[in-house]
Amino acid sequence: MPLPVRDVVGILADNLRLRGSVLPIPARRATAWARDLGIPRGGETVLYTGQMYQLIPYIERLVRLEQRLGDSPLARFSGVARRANRLVNGVAVVARPGASERAEYDRIPANVARLLQKSGVAFGYLYEDDLYSGALAHDLGADEAVAAHARRVAGVLRKRGVREVITLDPHTTTMLRTVYPKLVEGYDVRVRSYLEVLAERGLPVGVPLSGTVTIHDSCVYARYEGIVDEPRRLLASAGLTVAEPENAGQWTWCCGGPAESLFPATAAALAGKRVEQLRAVAPDCVTMCPICLVNLRKAANGTMRLRDISDHLLDAVTERGASAAHVGGPTP
Amino acid sequence: MSTLVSSGMIHQLEAIGPFDAEACMNCGVCTATCPLGVDLLPRRLFRYAALGLEDRVIQSSQAIFSCLLCRACEASCPAGVHITENMRVLRHWLLQEGF
Ligand code: SF4
Ligand code: SF4
Repeated sequence: MPLPVRDVVGILADNLRLRGSVLPIPARRATAWARDLGIPRGGETVLYTGQMYQLIPYIERLVRLEQRLGDSPLARFSGVARRANRLVNGVAVVARPGASERAEYDRIPANVARLLQKSGVAFGYLYEDDLYSGALAHDLGADEAVAAHARRVAGVLRKRGVREVITLDPHTTTMLRTVYPKLVEGYDVRVRSYLEVLAERGLPVGVPLSGTVTIHDSCVYARYEGIVDEPRRLLASAGLTVAEPENAGQWTWCCGGPAESLFPATAAALAGKRVEQLRAVAPDCVTMCPICLVNLRKAANGTMRLRDISDHLLDAVTERGASAAHVGGPTP
Repeated sequence: MSTLVSSGMIHQLEAIGPFDAEACMNCGVCTATCPLGVDLLPRRLFRYAALGLEDRVIQSSQAIFSCLLCRACEASCPAGVHITENMRVLRHWLLQEGF
């Protein structure tokens, strides 16, 4: 039995209202990826993570807990859990991923920062002011909480003098670029995905890669934001051949991730079908969204290799490419 | 089965946000392309909402919250219905109703 939808949405909306994120994690955790990268604080152009990649290990812990709870009589007490969560940050209490789980996803914003640095893009980072965008609460229809949160984020950007943000993932991109202008009067921040920025500037390839990969387009990039060509151009310039799967680009097939917090079995079934489509084309697949990556990896269960696009691009611009020889290599 | 019809429901939905379910021609393309394969999504659901069948919409809450907002349906809809935005409006309405 799934947990009662109303209480789950209520907990997420309460968190957004009270703590600035649907899944509030400590700022030192959300910003740990930037340590040692020398990224200046603030500036007119900032790399905006919206904490999406950093949140994945916490979401995974919670989903596992939710699955256990959903099968137990405790599910009946979700209303009590919501009331308790208003007083104590439940995420901090129950979701404590280990260092290696966090490092796996923290690596991706660090990859993107390095790619931008190597491409000569001047950018800063807002550190503890790099707030979650409200994407999940928006999807669930918690509109009042999202509108208030959007005003808060827009206020931070204004106060910090930000004119342009470079985003990492599709959900933050569509929130900041397409949803916020409808919610916040006078919001005029320029928003581009780093894939668009890099595709426009050209990738400074050091050691070209070789091999064939297949690609899983994010529904949000492809059908909400029209980002389809950019990842393909970047992978081609990195030296990779892209083999298109069934349901590619504009016609991509959902990874199932959006259903995970409320209907994990549905999410798993969809991801399983998608993995079959991808594996039929190549044993290596490129993703560009943290939710797609984690959901497809779980479904693949080691039967194919799934990597974020930033891993491949960074291999091509650094000496990592020379030794990686990862494409076409053994599956993990 | 008795059915509660609410003439005000469509106005409540339109007050939440743009809701264009009445543009739906009931062709079934969306249902055919939906990866979830739930017969109800989205066209029957939109018919319930447009007709103000409140209790049917409330009974459909699981399907409404299971929608992935993936827009596979919207990419094929010949009438250009804003299906995912309508889904979000229905979610908001359900939360308001305390379904
Ligand atoms: S594809 Fe569009 S017009 Fe056809 S049933 Fe679905 S919503 Fe209605
Ligand atoms: S947006 Fe919802 S109804 Fe449309 S295809 Fe995706 S899951 Fe199905």
